[in-house]
Amino acid sequence: MTSKTKTRTRTKTASSLSKEEHLRMYTQMVRIRTFEDNANQLYLAGKMQGLTHMYSGEEAVAVGICEALTDSDRITSTHRGHGHCVAKGANYKEMFCELLGKQEGYCRGKGGSMHIADQSHGNLGANAIVGGSMGIATGSALRAKLLGQDDVTVCFFGDGATAQGLLYEVMNMAALWKLPVIFACENNGYSEYTKTEEIAAGSITARAEAFGIEAFQIDGQDVLAVNELSKKLVARCRDGDGPFFLELMTYRYHGHHVGDINREYYRSKKEEADWKENRDPIIRFRSWLVEQGIAKEDEIEALNAQIKQDAKEAVAYAEAAAYPGLEEVDMHVYAETDPATLQAGK
Amino acid sequence: MREITLSQAVNEALAEEMRRDPTTFIIGEDVAEAGTPFKVLSGLVEEFGTSRVIDTPISEPGFVGIGVGAALTGARPIVDLMFGDFIYLVMDQLCNQAAKQHYMSGGKLSVPMVLRTNLGATRRSGAQHSQSLQALVAHIPGIKVALPSSAYEAKGLMKTAIRDNNPVVIIEDKLMYQDKAPVPEEEYLIPFGEANIKREGSDITLIGTSSMVQVAEAAAKILEAEGISAEVIDPRTIVPLDEDTLLKSVRKTSRAIVIDEGHQNYGITGEIASRLNEKAFYYLDAPVLRMGAMDVPVPFSPVLEDLTVPTPERVAENARRLCAGEMIHAA
Ligand SMILES: Cc1ncc(C[n+]2csc(CCOP(=O)(O)OP(=O)(O)O)c2C)c(N)n1
Repeated sequence: MTSKTKTRTRTKTASSLSKEEHLRMYTQMVRIRTFEDNANQLYLAGKMQGLTHMYSGEEAVAVGICEALTDSDRITSTHRGHGHCVAKGANYKEMFCELLGKQEGYCRGKGGSMHIADQSHGNLGANAIVGGSMGIATGSALRAKLLGQDDVTVCFFGDGATAQGLLYEVMNMAALWKLPVIFACENNGYSEYTKTEEIAAGSITARAEAFGIEAFQIDGQDVLAVNELSKKLVARCRDGDGPFFLELMTYRYHGHHVGDINREYYRSKKEEADWKENRDPIIRFRSWLVEQGIAKEDEIEALNAQIKQDAKEAVAYAEAAAYPGLEEVDMHVYAETDPATLQAGK
Repeated sequence: MREITLSQAVNEALAEEMRRDPTTFIIGEDVAEAGTPFKVLSGLVEEFGTSRVIDTPISEPGFVGIGVGAALTGARPIVDLMFGDFIYLVMDQLCNQAAKQHYMSGGKLSVPMVLRTNLGATRRSGAQHSQSLQALVAHIPGIKVALPSSAYEAKGLMKTAIRDNNPVVIIEDKLMYQDKAPVPEEEYLIPFGEANIKREGSDITLIGTSSMVQVAEAAAKILEAEGISAEVIDPRTIVPLDEDTLLKSVRKTSRAIVIDEGHQNYGITGEIASRLNEKAFYYLDAPVLRMGAMDVPVPFSPVLEDLTVPTPERVAENARRLCAGEMIHAA
């Protein structure tokens, strides 16, 4: 790591957030974990088809960042995108419906797990092309600047995506034009079944710094640290101080995708256990909340139970929900254009 | 009516639309002060400034991706791709990212983006600056493709492209930038999916796209002198395609040649020909003939390059033989 990169791990003491804000962050993290537990079960039970990638273990990244954003701020997400979607404000019901290909899903069932988008909360969508949304995020930021809008765009991507040339093209332009975009690299140590150090030469943050972009490496299991830094950077982006780059050190608990069960050939059970037992973002934050007297154990248990119940109801709803009508198959290939706007003089 | 060049026509369309809609902007390599290597955009930066006529680094996937993101979030970018041959570099952004957003989001997101680029051989530009790659993008659902054949079409189609709510690839013939055509002073738009019958005829239909419309018209003149009456149709957009007009013509003439400057294999000509064969089979007196560019990389040597593109003489020769009842196998 170069000298300019600041490594942030919060010393776990005071925080300026209200009780409500703290509990919301906790709730959002548990909502992601609970969503994924249910999605995993749906897949294992054969009720959900296709490809899906669990976000469990990385909750503090999405929540720490998205809690620093408003609904008009945009994000772009990845193939491992359920966490971003929940963190940006999506509802369980529409999400589970989407995962099951049902009409009431966010994308009428046409997107699925890897393309879930929720534009009502500024989520421009997951992306099944690794690194595929880096241009989209940067373009969203360019639009904000051109049209004088003050929203910020966060581009989520994995460490594996840093091997895509697109990243360097758009970081260059984002830096040249001072765009309000934050590149958030979720470094979970693996790109599919390959360790990050085998695919990434040198330092990841130094690559951003080469473009003159301020870059930070941060403990992605510490939701308060992530949130605190994100808030500062979002505010600076709004002031025209962007772009920024974050490398968030994190870990995925499940396999690369739900079918990746036997993983010992690329990572040990011991390593997995260490992250789960000693660095879990939810356990860490929960004990801190109790320690600080912000919440009591029974209050937290009640929250957990409520979220479990919400998920159960949403899953049941989605399972019973209708598939799209077959006439939908060739709907939405092209967007309508109001014929009136195609007249001369209009 | 006044006559202006295709280059001026494009420039006017962009200027008018940029005045009309403050969310439009141009982005690409050397588009601002240089006005592109073909000088099509000269003067626009003076009127709209560098914030709306944006010079980029040489990063085609990057700036096309940026166009997609801007379009997804409320702007109307006009992305300038210096040569059509560079479409290969931006395929992911165009075909995976732009083309599918509306569908994948169940109709909630859309990408009102224009990608303007060019086609055309015989400029002695070699194999990587001479291709006509409309078939590549026309193959992908979610993208519209316009192929202007003169200054008039270039202006009217560009204005529609900018107002359309979908990704539109508009491909100009780079050999035609200095060609003049009558263009009205008053504002007009050309709707997508409306073919233009350039010339009426009764013996054979010549369907030409872009650069090949002129070739078809010249062939029709040659044929006329021999007493063969050729109808010439310019589809103007290949996605959407005005099948009705083409079918109506072919049902009348009972013969057709489809001419496009893209490679013939798996190309635009094959697509249009098979639609006519499927839908007008019983009206036909001969199989619909395809005439695309030869299936070779475009050679530099002028004597070789000129062989690769359909010419009026070769179109006329094929038309003559079709009308004489000869069976011709497509080259
Ligand atoms: C362009 C592209 N290449 C390969 C793949 C297959 N693939 C899907 S996810 C993935 C690994 C991505 O790793 P990373 O970016 O670190 O994200 P993570 O899965 O760890 O969250 C690969 C290789 C793909 N979807 N897109």
